[in-house]
Amino acid sequence: MPALTKTFFIKARDFAKAGESSLQIQSILKSIGFTSDLIRRISICAYEAEMNVVMHGGNGELLLTVNPEDIVLDVNDDGPGIEDVELALREGYSTATPEYREMGFGAGMGLPNIKKNTDSLEIDSHNGRGVHLKMSFKVEDS
Amino acid sequence: MNEIETKDLSLNDVKHLLRAQIYVGEGKLDMPIKAGTASDLMSDMLTGQNSDAVLLTGLCNVQVIRTSVIAGVVAVVLVRGKQPTQEIITQAREHGLPLLSTPFTMFTSCGRLFSKGLRGVEEKVPAATHAR
Ligand SMILES: Nc1ncnc2c1ncn2[C@@H]1O[C@H](COP(=O)(O)OP(=O)(O)OP(=O)(O)O)[C@@H](O)[C@H]1O
Ligand SMILES: [Mg+2]
Repeated sequence: MPALTKTFFIKARDFAKAGESSLQIQSILKSIGFTSDLIRRISICAYEAEMNVVMHGGNGELLLTVNPEDIVLDVNDDGPGIEDVELALREGYSTATPEYREMGFGAGMGLPNIKKNTDSLEIDSHNGRGVHLKMSFKVEDS
Repeated sequence: MNEIETKDLSLNDVKHLLRAQIYVGEGKLDMPIKAGTASDLMSDMLTGQNSDAVLLTGLCNVQVIRTSVIAGVVAVVLVRGKQPTQEIITQAREHGLPLLSTPFTMFTSCGRLFSKGLRGVEEKVPAATHAR
């Protein structure tokens, strides 16, 4: 049985709240007391994924599961999905609008950042039917 | 070229060198600043080891605060005299993140801190751990 699960709802285009779920996850992980490097990696991935749902996706949810041996983040949204996942994973690839770029997003580094910071990553996307990201992080005994 | 001696600055040093106005963090002026980073791109701030660094940015929105907290940045300086909105100040205060504003440009701000010994994040981290 998992030690802890928590679901967060993400609303498309809600920039007033965007990132709040990831900040909560960061503080939950800090209170449990994982290594700072692990917390940093998970927080970054949660945030990049959350911002992607807000900017590019639809409404969605983020599920945090803390197991003794690993921590898993499942992120689902009901937006337009990613047409070419391999292309989206490339550094610098972005469909962000000028408006988002002005806010500081759209470097095309979010998914590559996620790839780099996860121990395992699954991206499932069917055009028109949203995106499912499953990100796992190993918990090493400290 | 004359070598500039590397040293940590305090938040107070940063404030003075940048002739900055401080909005959040008056009580943390003796906090050490171990490195500096400058970016106008959120994902950039989340790449590499920006934890424990002061961030200089030309952006001025609440996402800067959230991104900084996620990245582990310890203080944020808005360059070119950008004034934070009340929402930004509230958000920074909530996270205990010092927030300043300097009249200098990004280039000048970086130069002023560098010339007093502050270094970029790459010198803070040993090369081996930098890749991750
Ligand atoms: N949840 C999603 N729904 C639809 N498209 C997405 C989603 N997540 C990512 N994408 C697509 O993949 C591209 C690459 O994403 P990535 O996070 O790497 O870059 P970005 O969000 O454009 O910029 P950055 O993350 O650097 O601010 C996006 O521009 C978008 O086209
Ligand atoms: Mg992104």
